[in-house]
Amino acid sequence: MPGKSFFIDTTICTACRGCQVACKQWHDLPAEKTVNRGTHQNPADLSFVTYKLVRFNEVVVDGKLKWLFFPDQCRHCLEPPCEMTADDPEAIFRDPATGAVVYTAKTKNLDTQAVIDSCPYNIPRACEDGTLAKCDMCIDRVENGLLPACVKTCPTGAMNFGDRKEMLALAKKRLDVVKKTHPKARLLDPDDIRVIYLVTEEPNLYHNFAVASTSAFNVSRAVALRRLVRPLTRLTANL
Amino acid sequence: MTNHWIDIGNSDCVLIMGSNAAENHPISFKYVVQAMKKGAKLVNVDPRFTRTSSKADIYTALRSGTDIAFLGGMIKYIIDNKLYNKDYVRAYTNAPFVVGKDFDFKDGLFSGYDKKARKYDKSKWAFAMDENGVPKMDRGLEDPRCVFQLLKKHYDRYNTKLVSKITGTPEADLMAVYKAYTATGATGKAGTIMYAMGWTQHTVGTQNIRTMAIIQLLLGNIGVAGGGVNALRGESNVQGSTDHCLLFHIWPGYLATPSTKWPKLDDYLKRRAKSNDPLSANWWQNEPKYMVSLLKSFFGEKAKKRNDFGYDWMPKLDAGKTYAFLDMFDDMYKGKVKGFFNWGMNLACSLANANKNRQAMAKLDWMVNVNLFDNETASFWKGPGMKPSKIKTEVFSLPACVSVEKEGSITNSGRWMQWRYPGPKPLGNSRSDGDIIMELGFKIKELYEKEKGAFPEPILNLKWDYVTEGMYDAHKAAKEINGYFLKDVDFPAKKKSFKKGELVPSFAYLKDDGSTSSANWLYCNSYTEKGNMAARRGQGDAENKIGLYPKFSWCWPVNRRIIYNRASVDLKGQPWDKDQWVIKWNGSKWIGDVPDGGWPPLGSLEKPNPKSKWAFIMHVHGHAQIFGPGRADGPFPEHYEPLECPIEKNLMNEQRMNPVAPVYGTKADAYETCDPKYPIVGTTYRVSEHWQTGLMTRPQPWLLELEPQVFVEMSEELAQLKGIKNGERVLASSARGSLECTAIVTKRFKPFTIGGNTVHQVGFPWCFGWRWPQTGKEDSANLLTPATGDPNTRIPETKAFMVNVSKI
Repeated sequence: MPGKSFFIDTTICTACRGCQVACKQWHDLPAEKTVNRGTHQNPADLSFVTYKLVRFNEVVVDGKLKWLFFPDQCRHCLEPPCEMTADDPEAIFRDPATGAVVYTAKTKNLDTQAVIDSCPYNIPRACEDGTLAKCDMCIDRVENGLLPACVKTCPTGAMNFGDRKEMLALAKKRLDVVKKTHPKARLLDPDDIRVIYLVTEEPNLYHNFAVASTSAFNVSRAVALRRLVRPLTRLTANL
Repeated sequence: MTNHWIDIGNSDCVLIMGSNAAENHPISFKYVVQAMKKGAKLVNVDPRFTRTSSKADIYTALRSGTDIAFLGGMIKYIIDNKLYNKDYVRAYTNAPFVVGKDFDFKDGLFSGYDKKARKYDKSKWAFAMDENGVPKMDRGLEDPRCVFQLLKKHYDRYNTKLVSKITGTPEADLMAVYKAYTATGATGKAGTIMYAMGWTQHTVGTQNIRTMAIIQLLLGNIGVAGGGVNALRGESNVQGSTDHCLLFHIWPGYLATPSTKWPKLDDYLKRRAKSNDPLSANWWQNEPKYMVSLLKSFFGEKAKKRNDFGYDWMPKLDAGKTYAFLDMFDDMYKGKVKGFFNWGMNLACSLANANKNRQAMAKLDWMVNVNLFDNETASFWKGPGMKPSKIKTEVFSLPACVSVEKEGSITNSGRWMQWRYPGPKPLGNSRSDGDIIMELGFKIKELYEKEKGAFPEPILNLKWDYVTEGMYDAHKAAKEINGYFLKDVDFPAKKKSFKKGELVPSFAYLKDDGSTSSANWLYCNSYTEKGNMAARRGQGDAENKIGLYPKFSWCWPVNRRIIYNRASVDLKGQPWDKDQWVIKWNGSKWIGDVPDGGWPPLGSLEKPNPKSKWAFIMHVHGHAQIFGPGRADGPFPEHYEPLECPIEKNLMNEQRMNPVAPVYGTKADAYETCDPKYPIVGTTYRVSEHWQTGLMTRPQPWLLELEPQVFVEMSEELAQLKGIKNGERVLASSARGSLECTAIVTKRFKPFTIGGNTVHQVGFPWCFGWRWPQTGKEDSANLLTPATGDPNTRIPETKAFMVNVSKI
């Protein structure tokens, strides 16, 4: 599978959140009005104006305190359920060169909730008029030979971006090293998505949607079913 | 830093203690990660589990203010288990020196203590001298009065059981840290320390660093790649400003500020100790060249031998008086200060005991605030609790432009002077600091010319010519800092001659006869006839391939990237670490980094090469100081409790607190120890998301989104005790003030067991202020902190004090 991919090595993410701010800066997104809710994670969740969010979780594993950081963003699925659900290339399409899953202003006309529900990673967010937004892989930067803003700003090398083959190789190589000290280390859904996370603990300790949620498979099945009848519905729509 | 940022990647064990590198020096973690990917261990010791801790192989907590106990235990562990690098210690440190008979240590006090003056007579700590006036030594380290044996005796008390009682760190954790770190004592291994304000901002700040320096010397970790003692500076140019005399007691290039103790230039130039040891370079014996060149730089033609090069025109410190921020604000509070330039600072938030400082400013006639934005200092008169109609202080604000809008250099923590080109033009009426200060100088000169005030010479004779077409010229200033030949000069021994007006190629050519100038001898070599060295951007590494990049920017002194590097080799000049070597002797010269002097290797200790010099050339006797008789509070670090602490008695000795730490006596200087009203240890820190007092980041919506409010972090246990819920607003208070903040209840703080009792600790960021965010409800944690500090540097003790927290 050609195109681009991210490799996010959470073992060296320090949650400096440079990525989160760089994302807002490049996309010229406004700050949300936040309060301290008893955690350093802020804003509380992804939103129509927050495409990238470092999630903070304090957990105790085998009696040892861990502070887990998870730079959450769209996974740019190889077979994106959202794209299938939308079924409208003018609203959601896959960039052929990079594989980036891109949302346009026409997402406003979609069944917003259906698209949101279709995402196994709980990523898309709507504004009041129903337009959807999420990480666009900084497609405008990438097309011009630049790294995505979040990758460019990362000081430790936790965020990586490049040709999918290279990223997969990098991820596997790093996994082999990390496994020596963290036997539970694994890559999350590497065969299905373009944003490959390396984690050392159970994925749900980082985030409920760190790996594809099981409920999403039902949606996928429903989508697959719909796809089967798609030519017919299109035809009907065109009539 | 003795080393530099990239060099962290060469380390075998990185100790992060007294700093929170992942959060406050995020870029440094690039190099920590590099080291870890090569197999280095990361050890982190911090009262609170931080983002740094989350990446550590070993993390453990200690109670704030007990680092000397923790590290003293490591010294004992090194000595007991013979883990020190004996060859290194014998050859390069003063461990073999015999200490004079007057030195003693009893009941927590070193000999020579004057209780009334709260001061030591340091002459009691002198070394014993032989008939030639050279310190007596036992290179076998066995003389019972040699430094090594005294060190062993001093730290014998620091057993893990007692250390654990004081620090609250479990004994097993102490052992784990000691074991991991001291493994770097092996030949060819290197351990590094990354520290910052977590070590300095204590009444024992200097001695915290000294304790680590002793460990690094015992393990042979100074001078080597991946080693050193590395201060992570809190601002991109703190190193540069310190080099160029930010502090009251230091002139450019770490020359002492003139004092009434030395009324004449001759007194000043002759004050330093001499060495009778022909093998000691005693580099500071060159100080007269640097001092005279500095005066020539200030006063140009007006500085002549017959007028002591203008020494009389320079202000002198009153002997025995200190002029640090704590002292200045104490004087201001007492109404002794009329006017105040607050330049590039936000002292209403950044300085300890903020309530006192804010009240002090109301006693001023005028204040000039030079900054990018209005801040809590300039607007103090309308701050919380102030009555504007009652405040007479007139405040003038001068808008300064941003660093990227001007040309000049910054010097980073690794001592690299890096040139920056200007980006966009300054906005509106804002101007560079250079422009503002030059014009200020011209106006003051003009006034003195017109009105002839008292003692006009210093101002009228000031050279003050760093302008081109009326504007400050950073190149002229940089060249002035480097220095010029002021007449044709020959150096027959070096077979060199220079013409008047040429830039001096290095400080080896500075003279004490007025024929050279240099505004900072340490930077002499930075801007030469070959060009602006700081602007170099060469990408190639040196032949030792350890990331020195000698042609990228420029570093003091004389582009030496790792200082004390003559200790990175054995007596034959061959590196301890064959793979990551810094310098080595190839039979006729040193290769690799710029060596700490070009003399040949010592050869042996028994019959040293008479052409060689001892490795630590900046010390009078040429040896690194395990025994440091120059400090105000003793030659060996000793554990003392912070000014405010949770226990009645120091469990290590009879003195509760540092017996020479400064204390202030105004009404605003309340202190409480073991008071049930303030039973909780407090500390302050920063967050990644805000910068210093937050002046440049709080108005930035994206950053405020991440960290919107001042908070207090506390353990789940303490929260339960106080009935505090996560995320609710609470009131924190100390003997000096109170602060409303949001509770973060976290597993990352845990109660300590100190001397058998449970002690809780909490922490606050100091990056907030009432002026912004707009709610006006967030403020600085320095409202809580005490005005006391280190007796050597007078840095405030904002890292350990006593507080309470309660529901609102």
